[in-house]
Amino acid sequence: MTKPVQTVAPALPGAPSALRIFGASKRFGDHLVLDGVDFDLAAGEVHALLGENGAGKSTLMNILSGIYTADAGRIEIEGAAVSIAGPSAAVALGIGMVHQHFKLVQPFTGRENLHLAAAGLPLVPRRAVVEEQIAAVVKRSALDVNLDVPVARLSVAEQQRIEILKALLLGARILVLDEPTAVLTDAEADRLLALVRDLAAQGHAIIFITHKLREVLAAGDRVSVLRRGRMVLASHAVEDVTRDDLSRAMIGDQETTQRRRSGSTPGPVLLEVTGLGVRDGGAAYVSDAGLSLRAGEIHGLAGVGGNGQRELAEAILGLRAATGQVALEGRDLTGLSVAARRRLGLRYVPADRSADALAPNVSLAENLAATLVRTGALGRRMVWPSRVRQHAAAMVQSYGIAGATGGGRRPVRLLSGGNAQKVVLARELDRDARLIIAHSPTRGLDVAACAYVHERLLEAVARGAGVLLISEDLEEVLALSDRISVISRGRIATTPDGRPDRAQIGELMLGHA
Amino acid sequence: MMLAVTAWLGAMPGFMTPLLLAALGLLLCERAGILNLGVEGVMALGAMVGAAASLGGFGPGQAMGLGALAGLAVSVPFMVAVIVFRAPQIPAGLALAAIALGASAALGRGAAHMPFAGLAVLGWFDELEGVPVIGRMMQQDGMVWLALILAAALGLWLARSRGGLRLRAVGEDPATADASGVDIQLYQLGAVAAGSLLIGLAGAYLSVGGSNIWTEGMVAGRGWIALALVVFAQWSPLRAIFGAALFGGAEALIPRLQAMGVEVPVYLLSMLPYALTIAVLVLMAFSKRARQAEPGFLGRAYIRQDR
Repeated sequence: MTKPVQTVAPALPGAPSALRIFGASKRFGDHLVLDGVDFDLAAGEVHALLGENGAGKSTLMNILSGIYTADAGRIEIEGAAVSIAGPSAAVALGIGMVHQHFKLVQPFTGRENLHLAAAGLPLVPRRAVVEEQIAAVVKRSALDVNLDVPVARLSVAEQQRIEILKALLLGARILVLDEPTAVLTDAEADRLLALVRDLAAQGHAIIFITHKLREVLAAGDRVSVLRRGRMVLASHAVEDVTRDDLSRAMIGDQETTQRRRSGSTPGPVLLEVTGLGVRDGGAAYVSDAGLSLRAGEIHGLAGVGGNGQRELAEAILGLRAATGQVALEGRDLTGLSVAARRRLGLRYVPADRSADALAPNVSLAENLAATLVRTGALGRRMVWPSRVRQHAAAMVQSYGIAGATGGGRRPVRLLSGGNAQKVVLARELDRDARLIIAHSPTRGLDVAACAYVHERLLEAVARGAGVLLISEDLEEVLALSDRISVISRGRIATTPDGRPDRAQIGELMLGHA
Repeated sequence: MMLAVTAWLGAMPGFMTPLLLAALGLLLCERAGILNLGVEGVMALGAMVGAAASLGGFGPGQAMGLGALAGLAVSVPFMVAVIVFRAPQIPAGLALAAIALGASAALGRGAAHMPFAGLAVLGWFDELEGVPVIGRMMQQDGMVWLALILAAALGLWLARSRGGLRLRAVGEDPATADASGVDIQLYQLGAVAAGSLLIGLAGAYLSVGGSNIWTEGMVAGRGWIALALVVFAQWSPLRAIFGAALFGGAEALIPRLQAMGVEVPVYLLSMLPYALTIAVLVLMAFSKRARQAEPGFLGRAYIRQDR
């Protein structure tokens, strides 16, 4: 067992410091997102920053780009203390961000986008001067991309190159790339890594945020790992760390109390997914995914967000076209509508409550009644308001939904997150539920509400239903699941026994197992 | 027949110009992301003020200028509501239409049905008068030429200048424009102010340049047609010239057909420009390119996400 590495490796010998952050803290409400984080970056260096979702990477970078101000801490750029008041101040200090979501005007050509960006320069240069600067930056960075077609017609990788050009045009000496390879194919990613090395060789300081170990090892000089707002591995030379160190640092190695004894009463196979694929346009969201789930079982699906979780769930539910097979209790669901699948007992607790599960402006009672209209429980030809109210009252009682005054006539948007989630659960975890797909069911909830959601899911399982628990919260997955799989880049993998431990999950998440 | 074509082509620019001016005004607003449904009313007010000013002793050029200014003045509450306070644009625009229509009818009562001297034909192309077909078409007032020059200039400005680039960015993707340091509200105010001037001018041209008399309801839906025209032109000022020629040509056809004694009920004939509007909009709905040409943020309120 390797002990956590805590030593700080020196930057490249002789390289001047580009950026130093001392003790940055940031609190949102009760939640301490960053807790005294130190970071340093040298000119000519590629510094990889690793961390799970919610580890605080984005917050740290938003502080650097002037979107947030830190509650505490100090920032030095090239040895001088600075305060970054806003995005334009960050640009003026030579900090360039390449976000995951590109900030490009889609119908404009690359050149027009660059000219637009130049409008933000303190002394707006003349058009011809901007043209010259563009030519110079293109030449220097050897970034080749067609600047004279609308950006919308370019591939994601090409758009990304324009974003990098934009940052360089604005005079960035510190370049922050926020998960730049998440949207790229492997070949494109390799090309980007080579480019990043070139830029570093020209003296730029680069922060490279990623989930992928391969890229850290291929392009990084030093690596830091954030976990739950703390720098758990600070500025360590890449040659000196192993994959094991990194995945352990990312995920942590404390023991979790298993609330369920794994392997308890396995029922008959409930859900069988084979060779499932979801494509949209050119992008493959899910490829050749296989998964099985027994009655009375919680199957946890761990993974970093955006790896095909939503698409997988929607494909099983019939909300999204997919290839391959989904069978529920031995019955092939191919070609069945969402309503037909729901009649067979499929239920869905989506990750985005207010967008996908609830009609925010509609009353609580009507939100609860929405799935009952077809069953005739609210009246055969008409929907009787009295029955809608009765149903709502019963649900409010048994789920303890707070804030449901006036017989459930209040719009759902007025409820707190936890109570809104209770409304979703009250509707989806009914007696006829056979398979419940719960996607991040506790996202944004407080501790008590989390516990409540978990209790209800366990209850449903005890009744003989199955739960597919898709979650980015590893603690949740480990605590609740009988079996665990991991989704990474749209592929589902697990260990032969279906019970990977923490370290194995980490490796599967990083996609190199 | 030849005579009829000559007469038709001669009349066409007069019908085309108010549509073109109004369409350019709208296009400017829409390129900045603002949908201005007040156009019909603003034109009506421009027409009334142009006529009243002519009757009050102002020259035709000054009268049209006053019509344009009236268009701007009546649009100020709309601009404040929609741009400063980010009120929903559709109801605000319809309210502007109703207010301006009502104001033109109420204030113009004394100016109704009184003929006045309008814009004179420009003398530059007198020698061409005798040239068959084209000769008559060149005999137009200055506003016709000015509208064409404005269209070309606006097209060039939008495509080539830095201001045009920023204006388009505001209508397409205000978040990105904002991040680039463009003052969103300033550009929108400028665009709608200039657009309202053009729309008021379009209305004033109807009375001062066209009929030389003002009657209530004389705009007769041309504002709504101009809205469709912008879609037809795919938000390009140069294409708007062709669109205005098409719609103006259809309008100019009505009196010609009547003069030729075509046995079609006059109401059916009067329907022609409006029927054409619907036909064009339906056809455009099939064009993917046309849909992509629409400014991405048209009609929506941009509120910066501070988080």
